[in-house]
Amino acid sequence: MSGAVRESAPAFAPGVIGSRAIVGVIGLLFAIPIVSMAEFTLRDSESAGGHSLVHWFALFDPANRASYAPIWVGLGNSMVLCLGVAVIVLFLLVPTMVLIALRFPRLRRPFEFLCLLPISIPAIVLVVGLAPVYLVIGRTIGTGIWPLSLAYGITVLPYAYRAIQANIDAVDISTLAEAARSLGAGWVTVLLKVLAPNLRTGILAALLLSVAVVLGEFTIASLLNRPNLQTALFVVNKQDPYVAVILSLLALGFAFVLLLVIDRGAAIGGRRGIRPSK
Amino acid sequence: MSSLTATAVGAGHTGQPPRRVPPTPSTRRLRADLLGLLPFAAYLLFFLAVPTILAVGSGFFDSAGGLTLDNITALADPLIVATFGNSIGLSLLTAVIGALLGALLCYALLGFRADGAVRATVAALSGVLAQFGGIMLAFAFVATIGLQGLITVWLRDSWGIDIFAEGAWIYGLPGLVLPYIYFQVPLMVITFLPALTALKATWVEATLTLGGTRAAFWRRVALPVLAPSFLASFLLLFANAFSSYATAAALASQGSQIVPLQIRAALTSETVLGRENLAGALALGMIVVMGLVMWAYAVVQGRAARWQK
Repeated sequence: MSGAVRESAPAFAPGVIGSRAIVGVIGLLFAIPIVSMAEFTLRDSESAGGHSLVHWFALFDPANRASYAPIWVGLGNSMVLCLGVAVIVLFLLVPTMVLIALRFPRLRRPFEFLCLLPISIPAIVLVVGLAPVYLVIGRTIGTGIWPLSLAYGITVLPYAYRAIQANIDAVDISTLAEAARSLGAGWVTVLLKVLAPNLRTGILAALLLSVAVVLGEFTIASLLNRPNLQTALFVVNKQDPYVAVILSLLALGFAFVLLLVIDRGAAIGGRRGIRPSK
Repeated sequence: MSSLTATAVGAGHTGQPPRRVPPTPSTRRLRADLLGLLPFAAYLLFFLAVPTILAVGSGFFDSAGGLTLDNITALADPLIVATFGNSIGLSLLTAVIGALLGALLCYALLGFRADGAVRATVAALSGVLAQFGGIMLAFAFVATIGLQGLITVWLRDSWGIDIFAEGAWIYGLPGLVLPYIYFQVPLMVITFLPALTALKATWVEATLTLGGTRAAFWRRVALPVLAPSFLASFLLLFANAFSSYATAAALASQGSQIVPLQIRAALTSETVLGRENLAGALALGMIVVMGLVMWAYAVVQGRAARWQK
């Protein structure tokens, strides 16, 4: 009865050995491709079958700057897109969600349906219809990278919606808003000084998830011929697979740290909500 | 009772006299609030509704702009039917394996503290790896089981096994199975773990008190309660694999064995003019399949929700 000793494990949970064995074996299997990537970046063709950090150093070698240029352009563009999507989430999605929660509670279900809809429309299908839309955009406001964030706002919508709605459900925003209003606060004050601080974990999670999605997006950028991080990795891989794999590993590590931070942040925030002492 | 509701409603708007009255402050505010919904509605219209309608609608036109059903009937072409078959088969296979492995992993996670480091790490890793489907995943599998991959070389040098004796299948349809499972299992963990943790410890206690066994608890209580959630997660996995494009685009070099690659071929085809509209028909086909899956998902999810209160 090992389960009964540990407070959090219910009686139907597997024993210590069983659970560690399963997690260990699956974890090991999932580590193999990552380890293979790492091993690949360390391969040194000059010392026959040997390994060295030569490809990692090459990444920062000024002599290679020209050949890696697409990567930095793609990374820069992806950063612009992250920023654009963040603006859409902060200034379009969040205010609309607050407005619906406060003034149109009946619209909540239809709104939720709309926000989750992009999950069921494959990006490749969206691209077919976005191509003519971006043709028009290209003619009117140019073919710069930032208008693409409007399309990405749609692909991150389901993730951002879920994160923010969970937070809206957890704090009673209509009471907060009414209290602030009856104390004389205007709507701008309510939104910025009362609601935004209470929704910060949900908004932060939504933003970080959006960043993860945008950094990993390939389909739309590739088919609309707009260079971003992923399409650049795809291009550079053809001439220097090592640098493409190194940057993939770095991106993966970055995203992992990002999500670990959200998870720990949410756990600490949640605990603080219940027990103010810690 | 009825008079109470009548006065309550009458205080609002329906009880107003029929003649025109200047708008009260509350109706004026309601109008302002409705205006507040406009920007987002416009955004959804231009970047979700219009593209979807254009995508699906373009399948009904020919390259000259005339209405035609040729593209739709082209969906019955044996090659395209086979492509849909490949896509559905690949999605089913990887969803089944992903769902079973993922559920097993979720079950094992119950043995760890809910707020402990193991669960936090697995949760974060699952979040990353579920999004990992794409170019980087293709790199990872080329580095693992590519022609010079770590595992390929190890099997060849240490065991004399040539996994590509039958041809370079990693660049064909079978090569997609392992990478797809690699993002399906984490997605299963993300979607199924909440259902599993919602099982109440009191239910197993009740079963044991009533003279049941643990096996009886799993068979008569837990599995029936979890079945809708499991099925819902499975459907999501299927949809995920079915709509996945980037991994296949980076990995597959020969032909267009799955629907998304076929759409790319139709979109970028420069040799066969007028094929762009076939992309619309293929998109319609994908939407129909996804629509069916999502409808089933909604039905199953409705059943699952009963236990998650």
